[in-house]
Amino acid sequence: MKVLIDLFVTFAKMGAVTFGGGYAMLPILQKTVVEDKKWATDEELLDYYAIGQCTPGIIAVNTATFIGYKTKGIIGGIVATLGLIFPSIVIIAIIAAFLKNFASLAVVQHAFSGIRVCVGVLVLNAVFKLWKGAVKGKITGAVVIITCALAAFTNVSSIALVVAAGVLGILFSGKIENIESSKKTEQKEGNK
Amino acid sequence: MPMLLLLYLEFFKVGLFAVGGGLATLPFLYDLADKYTWLTNSMIGDMIAISESTPGAMGVNMATYVGFQNSGVIGCIVATLGLVSPAIIVIVIIYNVIDRFKESAIVKHIFYLLRPVATGLIAAAGLSVIVLAIFGTEISEFNLMSISLKAVALFIVMLIFTRKTKFHPIVAIVISGIVGVVFSF
Repeated sequence: MKVLIDLFVTFAKMGAVTFGGGYAMLPILQKTVVEDKKWATDEELLDYYAIGQCTPGIIAVNTATFIGYKTKGIIGGIVATLGLIFPSIVIIAIIAAFLKNFASLAVVQHAFSGIRVCVGVLVLNAVFKLWKGAVKGKITGAVVIITCALAAFTNVSSIALVVAAGVLGILFSGKIENIESSKKTEQKEGNK
Repeated sequence: MPMLLLLYLEFFKVGLFAVGGGLATLPFLYDLADKYTWLTNSMIGDMIAISESTPGAMGVNMATYVGFQNSGVIGCIVATLGLVSPAIIVIVIIYNVIDRFKESAIVKHIFYLLRPVATGLIAAAGLSVIVLAIFGTEISEFNLMSISLKAVALFIVMLIFTRKTKFHPIVAIVISGIVGVVFSF
């Protein structure tokens, strides 16, 4: 029961401060779920995030379900998700009922412009942390950069990129892993 | 069909077919607007603005807003539960499949490349937020002249603040929101 309350409260807090969708939630997820609560590792978070991209549903909800399910089974998955959506329901209901022109209020726009800068910083920090878990050598490093360029500057969908990674992974990961791990041992021996 | 059941089922469908985050729900919402009188295109426009300027996942915010317009607070809850139900079912199935095969070579090989790709996707999302925050435009319409020096200053201060102190990221978000209001960003 204690864990369930903890899941609900933790994800409700995240739902309350996440502006701008799933990727904005990631830095906070990483700090809370990986570093503070230790419910998942950096690698698992990346796995869930990648899967969340290409499965139905909202990425933030998918990630919450994954972590809740891993921690406390099906009820954990449901509780984490309910926690995540709880603040939205409260806030949107209030706005829809009383503040019809909320989004055009100057104060909201200013606050939001400030928050957006901060979200950019937080996502950048998260990328540096996740890099360590994901990049094992030059090839995987290049994969990060190529993916980033394709996603930012072309119309290739993220689903296509994730599916391509899966297929190429089945075909070539074994070889890439061998190259990247043998280079590492060479370097270590060289250092000696 | 009772309204609430209809609301649940329609958002269940949105949750099942909208792959890839909040904005992916948009085409489905426009379909709903064509189909029903309780949702209009201009409501969807308002809704995007509100979803983007309130905390929470965008898709969830949109479902909540439509649900409220349709049947008040109970509508919010029903629409949102409809939206997240398929995700819970699908994720539980996927989790079990991965867990069963996580020691298999194929799953390990898939994740070996999936992790750098996920990192790249997050980096791209970060890049688009940074460009939007500092230049006020999408990456495709990037214009160096539209740079906001206030935003650059806040960016640098926050970069140092988040790296040199142990505060929770939430603290940085709240401070940035206040700075945005005080210095009218």
